[in-house]
Amino acid sequence: MAILVIAEHDNQQLKPATLNTVNAASQLNQPISILVIGSDCQAVAEQASAVSGVDTVLVADNAAYQHQLAENTAKLIAELASDFDYVIAAGTTTGKNTLPRVAALLDVAQISDIVAVKSADTFVRPIYAGNALATIQSLDSKKVITVRTSAFDAAGTDGSATITPCGLVHANAQSEFVSEELAVSERPELTAASVIISGGRGMGNGENFSLLEKVADKLGAAVGASRAAVDAGFVPNDMQVGQTGKIVAPDLYIAVGISGAIQHQAGMKDSKVIVAINKDEEAPIFQIADYGLVADLFEVLPELESLL
Amino acid sequence: MKVLVTVKRVIDYNVKIRVKPDGSDVDLTNVKMAVNPFCEIAVEEAVRLKEKGIASEIVVVSVGGSEAQEQLRTALALGADRAILVESTANTESLNVAKLLAKVVEQEQPSLVIMGKQAIDSDNNQTGQMLAALCDMPQATFASEVSVADNSVTVTREIDGGLQTLSLQLPAIVTTDLRLNEPRYASLPNIMKAKCKPLATVTPDDLGVTLSAHTQLLGVNPPPQRSAGVKVKSVAELVDKLKNEAKVI
Ligand SMILES: Cc1cc2nc3c(=O)[nH]c(=O)nc-3n(C[C@H](O)[C@H](O)[C@H](O)COP(=O)(O)OP(=O)(O)OC[C@H]3O[C@@H](n4cnc5c(N)ncnc54)[C@H](O)[C@@H]3O)c2cc1C
Repeated sequence: MAILVIAEHDNQQLKPATLNTVNAASQLNQPISILVIGSDCQAVAEQASAVSGVDTVLVADNAAYQHQLAENTAKLIAELASDFDYVIAAGTTTGKNTLPRVAALLDVAQISDIVAVKSADTFVRPIYAGNALATIQSLDSKKVITVRTSAFDAAGTDGSATITPCGLVHANAQSEFVSEELAVSERPELTAASVIISGGRGMGNGENFSLLEKVADKLGAAVGASRAAVDAGFVPNDMQVGQTGKIVAPDLYIAVGISGAIQHQAGMKDSKVIVAINKDEEAPIFQIADYGLVADLFEVLPELESLL
Repeated sequence: MKVLVTVKRVIDYNVKIRVKPDGSDVDLTNVKMAVNPFCEIAVEEAVRLKEKGIASEIVVVSVGGSEAQEQLRTALALGADRAILVESTANTESLNVAKLLAKVVEQEQPSLVIMGKQAIDSDNNQTGQMLAALCDMPQATFASEVSVADNSVTVTREIDGGLQTLSLQLPAIVTTDLRLNEPRYASLPNIMKAKCKPLATVTPDDLGVTLSAHTQLLGVNPPPQRSAGVKVKSVAELVDKLKNEAKVI
């Protein structure tokens, strides 16, 4: 019995999501290997070798894996899976893109977005926008799983796993990377931040998000958004928190000008402390907020900035 | 070019679900059902490709019980040309749905398959990727822009870090994200017309697919409930509470 965890990275840095995933995997009490698939990704392999509780780091370093196209990586993972009983990845857009493809190649189910490990074959996962928690038993001999990273703490980084190169190459002629437009920000990543301040339709426009950013800078917070704010073009899609965006659980979540639809709550209701700032006292967000302030956000935000 | 789109019958997105008291599953009795919103976006994208003269025929497929005919009729009213219901209520987990769809794809030979990225009931986000594997087709998930030219499709994808653009050779599979388009409403005349469009029903047996269970649902529980806290009167009070009571800043 052994576990293969797929590393989340950008060829330079191992992403924190991998640490949460390893911690989830460690609850199965089996030897853990991490697989790094990329191009010029030796630095990532070294970072992965320091993750606590990991025995081996396999590195598939080849130009064919530069953009981690699912057509290539799924074949590689499925081939390597013969030596493992579990294949586990973070429920990021990369994990979600790749792992179902791996599962189908292996003719097994994929268990998505687990929030708890009950036993070697039984897991808990949210369904219906987190309004119910399903306990699911896998009947397959191999288990392919994605992890909701916000539900697990990060593993430590005092390990010293051996690094083993893996020479298998899977390339394809059917899909090709064209370009990428990645958000650059000095602020912490949404899924790793301990404080998040999010804006909704109530922000009115994209420029007004600078009011949130000023508060975020004082708090060392990440900035998020509701779907309505993204759809309206105020901010880019990578800031969307919710059922179909990013799932977060920071120590403090401040919702500003967000009504609190079920789909938004699905992405943030496991935050430790929730603050809602909304001028409508009937807004559903207040039903889950620890601290509610019924007020106009345009008055509140500058004052909040000055008091911090 | 033929486009195949898939639709799933799910609970309406406005409905807040309840868990059955015996904890066996969620309670769907008398709950309003609808086309999964991401599938609606898939249908809309196919219809737009047809309006641009790129798609020549749109085939819409659903796997589910006979009630799913209702959602297929909705898709026909939105502009799909014909519908196929794969009638199956047992073992409809993603892998099995993908296996059934793979047979339909084999028979229909579409150039492009457009699906929703996830269904808002099971929230799995799997079927498109699985179908792509089974058909050995390239995939572009979480699409916010799709453009078809010659024998390829260029897709911009919403990823955690921003946007990524891929080019896929056809036939290919695309799954939709929220920003791809804003679906239209079906007009009354189109709803009437949809009643006469062809809707075929097949079974897993007809398709030669034997399904087995890969997972078992042991139970469903409500999540821990949060209750409303206090209302503060001023920003100063809020900052004080966060510092001294919650100790989070
Ligand atoms: C398939 C599907 C998936 C979805 N996925 C997501 C998702 O992942 N994430 C998500 O967020 N949503 C998602 N949604 C959308 C969700 O249903 C809501 O439409 C959305 O969350 C609403 O965003 P909002 O709260 O910003 O806007 P609104 O609901 O319009 O709320 C705006 C709020 O701002 C307040 N306000 C306005 N002006 C001020 C002011 N000056 N001061 C203070 N308060 C003010 C108003 O009182 C109101 O409460 C999804 C929907 C569907 C159908």
